[in-house]
Amino acid sequence: MTQFYLFGTVAVAASLLVIAQRNPIYSVLLLIVSFGALSGLYVLLDAPFVAVAQIIVYAGAIMVLFLFVVMLLNAPQEETERDARAHLGRGSDPMRFGALLALALVAELAWALTRGWESGRFGRGAVSSVAALGRSLFTDYAFQFEVTSVLILVAMVGAVVLARREDRPREPMESGETQPEDRVAPGEE
Amino acid sequence: MLLVAQIGLTLFVFVMLLNSAAAMVYGERKVAALLQQRLGPYLVGPKGLLQPLADVVKLMFKEELRPAAADPWLFALAPVISATAAFAAFAVVPFGADTTLFGLLDEPLRLQVADVNVAVLVVFSIASMSVYGIVLAGWSSNSKYSLLGGLRASAQMISYELSYGLALASVILLGNSLSLADIVNRQAGTWFGFIPRWFLFLQPVGFLIYLTAGIAETNRAPFDFPEAEQELVAGYHTEYSSMSFAMFFLAEYINMVTVSAVATDLFLGGWHGPFLPASLGWIWFLIKVAAILFFYVWMRWTLPRYRYDQLMRFGWKVLLPAAVLNLLATAALVLSFGL
Repeated sequence: MTQFYLFGTVAVAASLLVIAQRNPIYSVLLLIVSFGALSGLYVLLDAPFVAVAQIIVYAGAIMVLFLFVVMLLNAPQEETERDARAHLGRGSDPMRFGALLALALVAELAWALTRGWESGRFGRGAVSSVAALGRSLFTDYAFQFEVTSVLILVAMVGAVVLARREDRPREPMESGETQPEDRVAPGEE
Repeated sequence: MLLVAQIGLTLFVFVMLLNSAAAMVYGERKVAALLQQRLGPYLVGPKGLLQPLADVVKLMFKEELRPAAADPWLFALAPVISATAAFAAFAVVPFGADTTLFGLLDEPLRLQVADVNVAVLVVFSIASMSVYGIVLAGWSSNSKYSLLGGLRASAQMISYELSYGLALASVILLGNSLSLADIVNRQAGTWFGFIPRWFLFLQPVGFLIYLTAGIAETNRAPFDFPEAEQELVAGYHTEYSSMSFAMFFLAEYINMVTVSAVATDLFLGGWHGPFLPASLGWIWFLIKVAAILFFYVWMRWTLPRYRYDQLMRFGWKVLLPAAVLNLLATAALVLSFGL
């Protein structure tokens, strides 16, 4: 129980500090700390595989990309002046949308917390077994799994399309050393 | 009693890792000298054996510098992350059969600091965390060479982590377990009485992919772009001096030892070998690790550095497809023959 409170405190404190930071790099690092603490909680729940997956996928892979982007953009420290747009009614559309999403999250949290403490269908030992986890992922939850993978694929295709968009055909290089993959395909806009 | 033994084992592994880094520095300089027809270090101690000690003392007495424009917290944190990750990864690597220390203990002690049942993934996750040390060092130094080195490091490590992970996955399929000790024990014995049952023979492609990606992961030549001297002065640790530089140096060598030890466990049968009784299996383990480390040094002084685009093209267009095909073929074989 002590360990639970230790990891829980670290996770909550780090998450709060993420939004309290003005330097985006510190925010990214604190988010990693928070993920680490969450992974500790998974270990306490007897789910070492989920704990390690959390570290590999979130702390290891995704946050490196975050850090990469923040470093490349060299994002400045945030200015802290009171913004007139901060009012809900007068905000721009993206801000309204964000506020809506936040409200939805609060509603979901309230719904989840009032639902009681039933903890799913897994027994204690079942979660720690990678085989059991894999089997239920590819049988019971196969549809959700595939839908998630398609979602990620769509995001990937979208990123490639955004990155490769070229309005005019590229002029041939002087030495004629153009790599085949650098040429714009004939009908591609 | 077992607890005392466990603590003793932990300290032992820690000290031996430090020593292995020192031995590795000496070994690398000697082998490099051999390859270049020089003598290498020979002044300090017999045959220059005390050279690493002299180097450490020199590093300790150097001045600790920090650029005025650097981020003080992250600049101090980065080498600590690197060194911690390097030490932490070895905690789950088993290096010998269970032992009772000549009957001293009632229950056998496993020669592995932390017996985790997902050890392979822990090694992988810590490897993926170690990139932060380098990236943060590069960014916090606030110098263009450091930043370029850090960015290169992260791009390179992310790219090669995929092939690295897929090579690990093929071995996991063969070993049918995520525990390194289980995987090693499945490689005991021989085929036809003389070929050891190493996964190397079932996974030759996987082994090559693992070694290549391992060299890229540890930022060693010919993939040492984060610290390419000719272009980047010293890359991510340009601004570091004294002990904080020493920590990066230490981390690099310990990472090499860990990658070699994991390769030994995954592909070369760990502590299993002929002639020696099981209790002396760690000698085989040391020999195999030393062989892979020699290969590392040999590569470094034989191959010139790639160009950065060549590195990326190789990683994404050769290594990754090869790793995926290897994984698919392994999965099909395991499914149809139940190896």
